[in-house]
Amino acid sequence: MAMIAGFGAAVQAGEYRLTIERIDVVVAGRTETAIGVNGSLPAPTLHFHEGEEVAIHVTNRLDEDASVHWHGFILPYRMDGVPGISFPGISPGETFTYRFQVKQSGTYWYHSHSGLQIQTGLYGGIVIEPRTSETRRYDRDYVVLLSDWTRQKPQTVLAKLKKQSDYFNYNKLTLLDFARDMWAAKTEDDRGAILRERMAWGKMRMDPTDVSDVTDYTFLVNGRDPEQNWTASFRAGERVRLRLINGSAMTFFDVRIPGLPLEIVSADGQEVQPITVDEIRIAVGETYDVIVTPPRERAYTLFAAAMDRTGYARGTLAPYPGAEAEIPPMPPRQVLTIASLGPAHAHGSHGGHGSHGDHATGSPKEKKRHTDATHRDETDEETGRRVLSYADLRGVVPIADQRKPERTLTMRLTGNMERYFWSIDDKKYSESEPIRLQHNERLRIRMINETMMNHPMHLHGHWMELVNGAGAYQPRKHVINVGPGEIVDFDVTADAFGYWPFHCHLLYHMATGMFRKIVVGDPDRA
Amino acid sequence: MRALSQRLHDVLPATVAGLVLLLPSVRAQDDRVFTLFLAEIERHGGDERRFEWDAQGWAGTDYDKLAVKTEGEWAQGSGIEEAEIQLLYQRLVTRFFDLQAGLRYDFEPGPGTFFGVFGVQGLAPYFFEIDAALFLDEDADFSIRFEADYELLLTQRLILESGLEVDLAAANSPEREIGAGLNEVELGMELRYEIVREFAPYLGWTWQRHFGDTAARAVRGGGEREKFGVTVGIRFWF
Repeated sequence: MAMIAGFGAAVQAGEYRLTIERIDVVVAGRTETAIGVNGSLPAPTLHFHEGEEVAIHVTNRLDEDASVHWHGFILPYRMDGVPGISFPGISPGETFTYRFQVKQSGTYWYHSHSGLQIQTGLYGGIVIEPRTSETRRYDRDYVVLLSDWTRQKPQTVLAKLKKQSDYFNYNKLTLLDFARDMWAAKTEDDRGAILRERMAWGKMRMDPTDVSDVTDYTFLVNGRDPEQNWTASFRAGERVRLRLINGSAMTFFDVRIPGLPLEIVSADGQEVQPITVDEIRIAVGETYDVIVTPPRERAYTLFAAAMDRTGYARGTLAPYPGAEAEIPPMPPRQVLTIASLGPAHAHGSHGGHGSHGDHATGSPKEKKRHTDATHRDETDEETGRRVLSYADLRGVVPIADQRKPERTLTMRLTGNMERYFWSIDDKKYSESEPIRLQHNERLRIRMINETMMNHPMHLHGHWMELVNGAGAYQPRKHVINVGPGEIVDFDVTADAFGYWPFHCHLLYHMATGMFRKIVVGDPDRA
Repeated sequence: MRALSQRLHDVLPATVAGLVLLLPSVRAQDDRVFTLFLAEIERHGGDERRFEWDAQGWAGTDYDKLAVKTEGEWAQGSGIEEAEIQLLYQRLVTRFFDLQAGLRYDFEPGPGTFFGVFGVQGLAPYFFEIDAALFLDEDADFSIRFEADYELLLTQRLILESGLEVDLAAANSPEREIGAGLNEVELGMELRYEIVREFAPYLGWTWQRHFGDTAARAVRGGGEREKFGVTVGIRFWF
């Protein structure tokens, strides 16, 4: 089972050994080469205890540099595992020992921060037992690590995007779609609106069907494809804790278990006031703990539809081995509308021609998605399902630092879709200067997404306190998604000396420039 | 002016080699060198065997690239009737457009001729692909070539591409069979099927018309003022 770590009982408490090497895995019926840890894809789940001093010996048996980053951890920056920022990386044949105290509890994960390795399998879950006994009661505990697998080398994927940025999109609006929409439109006004919408996208040279930059993925649950069907056992009436982790390179998932409400008890490892929904959109890099209570002894499908609807990850909660439940039909594909692009869109820098004035109105269906920080209790208009919104998240204890932010730092999330490179404030990482923060300063960071893609932004070494109207109970996160055209704020106390990355967790966005180095205090003196 | 031409002959290979060697030097992860080569090769309908090629390639980073363009025509019996190659440096100057500058060399028709090239290439609003260039020959006479293409998706893989090309010249150039003023307009359509993105066969239809002195010359030479053509070709890139 995925929860059983792949290292022996002989290892003494607090000492862990991870070996990074190429392994053979079978995905979608083909044997492929992955980067595994201790012979496994995904990497084995690590179980820590809050307060534990850990020593993790990571040996690199690849023929290229590697690294392991402890995603969501509060730790000394030299242990953060980012080559070129926290340390030089781990050379082929070398062993690096990470030593730090585990200062938190909950669900996290670890992954490579070198090149494009995360696409090839170097990711695993982390479960940290709290020092005090858990406030949540549950009978079973499973890690559900979602990921996207491609047959192509990640370098090839990136090269294709550079040559033709819409290479992977076979969901574009065609002439036939246009004719069908016009035919279905009832009035002259509706037809006019459809035409205006098309023209508006054309004018901006953007594509409303561009939901994910990369497709051709097979989606995995704990390394198992939909056919291989990762399975968790339970007895009727038990409370089953599922620790959802999105370890994908590029894919957001809409996760649900038909027949079971999802009681969300923590987000990004931090406990939240429980909220019950039917569906969660999980951004790349996020984790959510949910508790489900299957009332009957029957199989339930865990269904995670890729946001672009090109496939799904699937697992099963089964009362006995081999039990399977129906796989729900794929939800309809989404098409962005001009109107659904958020406020940042209007003052965006699309080709440098500012606002586009009169937006097409009467667009068919404006779909508010779940990351909107201002709308609580979202309900999907078509399905009636309750979907998690960021506004629903409330911590269980007041935030530690109640100071008001002394200043607001604004960052525009920008990029060049056509040439496929991404940036912050129109500068790629290689063109940028580090962002300097005073040690212990309290500040607000405002992220303005001027693009039409989602950007799950991740800050290392600090909590990102999502400004979502929860006041003193604003949730602490390590990834905050900013939807197309959205403006999202978070507060941060810069209490960790050192050099820290702040970046989009979409792999090919990060690798092409949506990345910054943040310097807290004067780390060389500290 | 012939001396200039000779000098360019001498320095060009070394310049190209130097640029190519410089490009892939150590670079940041977000500033890597990528390459593209895209070509269309088509056969004209009719009794004689006649082929045309049109290819572009580049190597470089997001902002700076070295680009190559070549096009030409080959016919059975007469061999290569038209052929040119351009070697350009290009710089991304706006979100959607590159500026290009470099050299063009025409092998045929006429004697080998060098041109200076200054152009813009990119994606205009409403998804029009634009490639416009100003050419300056050794006598400092200029000519302009403007191309625009538009792709219409019939299905996800069946794509109808329409194209327009307009050629203008400032002066007569008898040895290259070109007259001053508007000398050629070409409209074309290609219906291609992308078996994969990188490989697509297509059926093409073109209409070409010469104007002014260029047309007169063509007629005198036994050619036509206006031509329709049907083509079948392949488009590929890597």
